[in-house]
Amino acid sequence: MNSFEKRRQEAQKKWDALQNSRVPVIYVGSATCGLAAGAAGVLKAVEQTLKRNRLKAKVVPVGCIGPCYLEPLMDITMPGEPRISYANVTPEKAQKIVESLLIEGKPLADLAVGHFGDNGSDLTTGIPKFFDMPMLKPQVRVVLRNAGYIDPDDIDHYLANDGYAGLVKAFKMGPEAVIEEIKEAGLRGRGGAGFPAFKKWEICRGAPGEQKYMVCNSSEGDPGAFMNRSLIESDPHSVLEGLLTAAFAIGASFGYIYINTDYRLAVARLRKAVTQMKEVGLLGKNILGSGFDFEIKIKEGAGAFVCGEETAQIACIEGRRGMPKARPPFPAISGIHGKPTIINNVETLGTIPNILRNGAAWYTQYGIEGNRGTKTFSLVGKVKRGGLIEVPLGVKLRTIIYDIGGGSWKKFKGVQTGGPSGGCLSEEHLDIPVEYESMNAAGSIMGSGGLIVMDEDTCAVDLALYFLRFTQKESCGKCSPCRVGTWHMVTILERIVSGQSQSGDLTKLQTLAETVQHASLCGLGQTAPNPVLTTLRYFRSEYLEHVNEKHCRAGVCKELIDYEIDPQKCNGCQLCVDVCPTDAISGAKAELHELDLSRCIRCKACYEVCRYNPLAGNAIVIKTRRSA
Amino acid sequence: MKEKEYEKLFSGFKGIEDDILAIFLRVQKKDGYISEEAIRRVSRFLKISENRLYGVATFYPKFRFTKPGRNTVKVCMGTACHVHGGQSLSDAVGWQLGISLGQTTDDGHFDFQRVTCLGCCTLAPVVQINDDIHDRVLVTGLKETLKQYE
Repeated sequence: MNSFEKRRQEAQKKWDALQNSRVPVIYVGSATCGLAAGAAGVLKAVEQTLKRNRLKAKVVPVGCIGPCYLEPLMDITMPGEPRISYANVTPEKAQKIVESLLIEGKPLADLAVGHFGDNGSDLTTGIPKFFDMPMLKPQVRVVLRNAGYIDPDDIDHYLANDGYAGLVKAFKMGPEAVIEEIKEAGLRGRGGAGFPAFKKWEICRGAPGEQKYMVCNSSEGDPGAFMNRSLIESDPHSVLEGLLTAAFAIGASFGYIYINTDYRLAVARLRKAVTQMKEVGLLGKNILGSGFDFEIKIKEGAGAFVCGEETAQIACIEGRRGMPKARPPFPAISGIHGKPTIINNVETLGTIPNILRNGAAWYTQYGIEGNRGTKTFSLVGKVKRGGLIEVPLGVKLRTIIYDIGGGSWKKFKGVQTGGPSGGCLSEEHLDIPVEYESMNAAGSIMGSGGLIVMDEDTCAVDLALYFLRFTQKESCGKCSPCRVGTWHMVTILERIVSGQSQSGDLTKLQTLAETVQHASLCGLGQTAPNPVLTTLRYFRSEYLEHVNEKHCRAGVCKELIDYEIDPQKCNGCQLCVDVCPTDAISGAKAELHELDLSRCIRCKACYEVCRYNPLAGNAIVIKTRRSA
Repeated sequence: MKEKEYEKLFSGFKGIEDDILAIFLRVQKKDGYISEEAIRRVSRFLKISENRLYGVATFYPKFRFTKPGRNTVKVCMGTACHVHGGQSLSDAVGWQLGISLGQTTDDGHFDFQRVTCLGCCTLAPVVQINDDIHDRVLVTGLKETLKQYE
């Protein structure tokens, strides 16, 4: 038996020991979402509680299991019992749960959100199954299969869960058969464009040259998207296994992982994972006796949205300004330092081990013809149950937003798919299937997987301006349609939201958008007008209201709304005086307050306290032009 | 940074163009920003002109060229934060600190930045102060949040 198989067996033993642990095991979700919600405090509280009560338990930090709105999540497995999950855990709550379960054997069912076992355990009485939760039931976990289960910092956890089994199989199959398998699986690039993964590989494999490069694109510059980051934070080895497999298939001996330096946790987990790979012989010369050599370098990027584009990313890796190049030649022929290079997205790579391990036929059971497999999304915005989700391609938007996300609190308005490069779809699109072609036909894109839900309090014009400001700022400036075009589009949109629009602005905006779309050099410019074009198409009435009536129905566009204090209702409680960040409100206790509109930044803080604090009189009125 | 520290910093690199970003990231991690002095030193080490280096560094939003304050307030401008009122929050932070975006207060106590996305979108709107993430920050609670750092 070779040393790798030996290591796997040891890993299996270690994992089994954890699963059948004689002491309780406490899992804490410690990805970015969990940590931001306070997981570090929970971990500390758990450890203190254990110490104070002299309790024995194993504490395992895990990644993101998906329902980020429930973070921090803490799960506890008692010996011989199924894992029980607790949500929105605070340090106080953590102490209470640990003491109750570990000392008294009481699971506090009212605090639990789900259990991971089959029914029939006394301990789980009154607790539903975790994966029966409405958010999780319609989901399929392929790429995210380990996320939230395993300790991402421990390669043994990955090895024990069929880790690197796909790679071992790939070595036996040989590069051509690997490419054939991916072709049969119908895997399309998950970075956004949906180009068949095998085709790129085939071109690169056939390209002349000794030195080839394989790159993992973890740029993920879309604001509001965190799928790739979460996957790396939760299961870094799945991505690395995919990277190795792809490199083997195309014949690359060197790999880069391009990742934004601001994703500190993901970078740290990757670094650790790469070190562990070296230890078990998965990097270096003649890996697992296959004759395949491979080294990995982690390349930290310094921001810049455009660096998600292949040729710009190559420039960045080479230490230049991250500006794109005209194609052809495509990177598969001439990439990093002129050598054949394949750049695949994190999720594409994370999918590959699953395909190889289980076979293409298994993978094609998910999804629909032409759009096989699953896709991860970050579902956020005005939605009740936000988080990281994975669904088979072809499900309806309605399933994602309502069944999984639980809809909006207020009236649903639309959903932005694909980030700044995507489009804003309205209620009429809720029944279109989520797959590459349907999304394009609707004027949006699948993108890498950001889904931002909007409700009636979101202004469609303001959102279009938000995205355009972003792309305008991120435009690298190389080609003028993008550099100048987006700037002019921002100017027109700024006129519209401030009530200064001139006649013909909407026509001008439309023409300009189409020009930028057709004439720009790279994907950034070509897709930048999508938010404007789709909102013009599906939310035209809102544009017309802004232009003709200077009215913003959502009450968002600051120049089109005014605030007023209703003298009949104001009880002089001074709450608004305290919260106003610009000191625009003045007035003595129990006297009528006054609002200085010239200082007011329309931040809604006064409105919120006046409306929701029981001591206040609900006296602040937001006036749109129609209500005035 | 002192002469010795630069030497130490450079020692891990081969001195090729590919390392520009990695070197600047290390410099910024140490100094908090990229000083003119740092550009000169890196230029001599890599044998690449200062102009060229400055051109590369200014392309990337991560790099800053002014000394940061003792506390850095970063308002997240991600889409989820935007639909939850991130713009108002950013305006309010500027007013509260009395500075514009990218500036540092006169006493050097705070500086005010924006970030594209902090990646914890379900907690929007989010503000990061130093290493702490403050979730669901409403303008109503902003004064309290900032007070913790005074």
